Amino acid sequence: MLHGTAIILVSFAYLGLLFAIAYYADGRADAGRPVIASPYIYSLSLAVYATAWTFYGSVGRAASDGVGFLPIYIGPTLMIALWWVVLRKMLRISKQNRITSLADFIASRYGKSALLGGLVTVIAVIGILPYISLQLKAVSNSFWILVQYPDIILPGEVDAAPIRQDTALWVALILAAFTIAFGTRHLDAAEHHQGMVAAIAFESLVKLLAFLAVGVFVTFGVYDGFGDVFARAAAEPKLRAMMTPLEGVAGGYANWVWLTILSMMAIMFLPRQFQVAVIENVDEKHLKKAIWLFPVYMLAINIFVLPIAFGGLLRFPDGSVDADTFVLTLPMAEKQELLALLVFIGGLSAATGMVIVETIALSTMVCNDLVMPVLLRLRRLRLNERPDLTVLLLGIRRGAIVLILLLGYLYFKLAGEAYALVSIGLISFAAVAQFAPAILGGIFWKGGNRAGALCGLVSGFIVWFYALFLPALARSGWVPIGLLEHGPFGIELLKPLQLFGLSGLDQITHAMIWSMIANIGAYVGVSLSVSPSADEHRQASLFVDVFRHAGEGGGARFWRGTASVPDLYNLLARFLGSAAADSAFAEYASARQLRWPDGQLTADAELVHYVEVQLAGAIGGASARIMVASVVKEERLSVDEVRDILDEASQVVVYSHRLEQKSRELEAATAELREANERLKELDRLKDDFVSTVTHELRTPLTSIRAFTEILLDEPDVDLGQRKKFLGIITKETERLTRLINQVLDLSKIESGKAEWVESAVDMREVIDDTLAAMEQLFKDKKITVEARLPENVSGVTADLDRMIQVMLNLLSNAVKFCDRANGWIGIALAEKDGWLRVDVRDNGQGINPADQSEIFSKFHQVGNTLTDKPRGSGLGLHISRHIVEHFGGRMWVESDVGHGACFSFTLPAAAVARAARTTAAPIGAPT
Amino acid sequence: MSDFEKKGQRFIALCMLGILMFNYPILALFNVSGTLFGVPVLYAYIFIAWAALIAVMAYVTESGG
Repeated sequence: MLHGTAIILVSFAYLGLLFAIAYYADGRADAGRPVIASPYIYSLSLAVYATAWTFYGSVGRAASDGVGFLPIYIGPTLMIALWWVVLRKMLRISKQNRITSLADFIASRYGKSALLGGLVTVIAVIGILPYISLQLKAVSNSFWILVQYPDIILPGEVDAAPIRQDTALWVALILAAFTIAFGTRHLDAAEHHQGMVAAIAFESLVKLLAFLAVGVFVTFGVYDGFGDVFARAAAEPKLRAMMTPLEGVAGGYANWVWLTILSMMAIMFLPRQFQVAVIENVDEKHLKKAIWLFPVYMLAINIFVLPIAFGGLLRFPDGSVDADTFVLTLPMAEKQELLALLVFIGGLSAATGMVIVETIALSTMVCNDLVMPVLLRLRRLRLNERPDLTVLLLGIRRGAIVLILLLGYLYFKLAGEAYALVSIGLISFAAVAQFAPAILGGIFWKGGNRAGALCGLVSGFIVWFYALFLPALARSGWVPIGLLEHGPFGIELLKPLQLFGLSGLDQITHAMIWSMIANIGAYVGVSLSVSPSADEHRQASLFVDVFRHAGEGGGARFWRGTASVPDLYNLLARFLGSAAADSAFAEYASARQLRWPDGQLTADAELVHYVEVQLAGAIGGASARIMVASVVKEERLSVDEVRDILDEASQVVVYSHRLEQKSRELEAATAELREANERLKELDRLKDDFVSTVTHELRTPLTSIRAFTEILLDEPDVDLGQRKKFLGIITKETERLTRLINQVLDLSKIESGKAEWVESAVDMREVIDDTLAAMEQLFKDKKITVEARLPENVSGVTADLDRMIQVMLNLLSNAVKFCDRANGWIGIALAEKDGWLRVDVRDNGQGINPADQSEIFSKFHQVGNTLTDKPRGSGLGLHISRHIVEHFGGRMWVESDVGHGACFSFTLPAAAVARAARTTAAPIGAPT
Repeated sequence: MSDFEKKGQRFIALCMLGILMFNYPILALFNVSGTLFGVPVLYAYIFIAWAALIAVMAYVTESGG
């Protein structure tokens, strides 16, 4: 039933589905409604990390040393914990500098060095070849095995190599066509391949489901759960040893640790991981979910690895079946055709996902960082003068894709048979780990420079090549095997697998130790001993301090020179096409409230930088630099100048922080001042009122005094009676004047707080008695009845005796003035309640209007019409009295019904509670 | 300290914790024969510790701003 043709048809149907998904996602992206703008899609696309190697090879490795495969997934989990610090920074840097690939990132960091970009590209391509060949091998092997159904025949058992290699070639070519269709349909300035990302995310789901399906089938279908599988395996002595594998293997823990470190590097620096995690990222916020979703994915896809491995070892105890194929051969042995087909599709997903993203990433690098810089430098080609280079760019990328896949196929043919899947993959891991010092050093250490990065990469790569790549070729018979056994020229110390006599480690660990020593040593050592150029200095600062340099304009500060707008526009149009160039210029112009193409733009540093960044998005930083330099006249900055600008920038940051602080303080101070000003204005107004009222009050008696003295002066024959009367008036008015002035002085003393208060225990009965005695004659003259109700025993108050007499005098003289003319009556009452003393002074006059009641205590307020009635007081007495009472913690108010007299009352705290009450509550019994 | 920095420090601490958990000598403590819920102790430990680490990472990244 599982006929070859059927399998091929299903495979093509699956690839067709992928293409449909990609096409749909691209369409949505063009319509401005992208499907990939989701953290879930981003997390799933990161799972391109799980390749055919994970799908088939994990079980293979687990079958030989138990948990030995797990560091490949635990390492990334640990690294992802650092993503918040590391990847966020790389994302920000890449967005600001329009980084297009891993090589571009490194080249840009070290002064946009084309040489470095090219070197990284070469290392990446050579390093990844084994990995790509691994995918081809997995697909062709699984296809070959599946076709044999229902027999389980492994490729190794028969001489099937030529057929399988043909299959691998076909797989390579089909994948090349597929990748070209996916990745190089058009040129995107941001290097986003939304369709590809959507398809990859879908593939990640398929491979996970397929693997979980086979895991559930083996664990719960063939066996009776996890416990059953492990219990049966434990019965076999050989398998039982695998359950505590770490001490059994020589250098067990060392291998484990180095494998973890290697995988930590791989998750960051495999070109395809860099592509999906950094280049294809559309929103920094997606990182938040990916930080835990992606590890969950890795955990999920590994849960069933051990049960499948043990299941396979139990099912094929004679070792006739390669453990790398258990995932496929177990369902086949159990006659589960559809499951086997699903597994094949899952493996195909894993392989195609990896190949597509990896070759797109590598072809971008080959095009932008290897081929273009060379072509642009070759003046003979006159590339600078070609009107449209987009076709050329796409052509180079398509060629690179085919070439890379064919090289992968070549490696498969040369060396693919000698190793298990995992070992092939790890060779690639070790290669990309060589980028770690240059990148991590580059984003956290400003001291790292171009020469250091070059030396580090070259040394690391040479050690990798010698200790890993060469042995792989030697084992396949392409290099004399004697090299491994006796070292070059018989020098034992230089044996590739035991360099300098270091033995007892597996070859990956061994190669990692030596290559990292060489790489980091050279990077740090050379960086410290060679001084950087101005370009390197600038780029180092832009990368390391990326969170401090806001916006894309960060680089513009470093540019000086002359350029013309049409030149820049034509340059962009040649590489992006005129439509894209137009929209880029329009965007630039509208961000500055200018119009394009009306010629309002000036070719200043900002525009030149903008064009360079746009160009970098298409052809990489190093090439963009060369191209921009070809159309502008640039003034080279010296190292010192760059350093000055950087210093200036950091000082500006400090200044602006300080300025912000200052302006906040100023705002607060301004608010306070405004408030104070309002208060002052109010006081000023009050003072004006006061002065005008006082002068008015002074003028009235003065006018009358002057009038009478003039009469006496002008008319000497005024009779004695008249004269006496006039002099009496003058004396009275003078007294009033004196009283008024005294009160004004008194008031100003009280209000300014300069009044002297003599505090002592005062008996209010005494105060009232004294006052009544002093006024007795007045009452008699006016025929006023006075009624005083004073209790026998009252508490004293703490107050100033003279002041209290002043208050009583004021209240009583007011009562005398206002009580009924004919039948005057004044009542005085003293009472004590709840710690408060209360004094009421009542009269039987005409009372006070409710409107006047609240005003009566203000300065110069006099009841009645001051224009017609003769004023009967200064208008200050009550005001001063109230001040005095309040000073001693009391309160004064008036109650009155018109026509029924008025009652002035005040309260004072009894001596015991005086101090506490002075600052707090209103006295009980006071109207509210 | 900004929220961004605080999270960064928590993640660095988590990474260090992870390195400790999946390394000699802690790992050696579990490298013994015997089973936990029918699963060999070493396997059980690695998967449980791994899941716990991811859970804390999820908590740190999703908490706060």
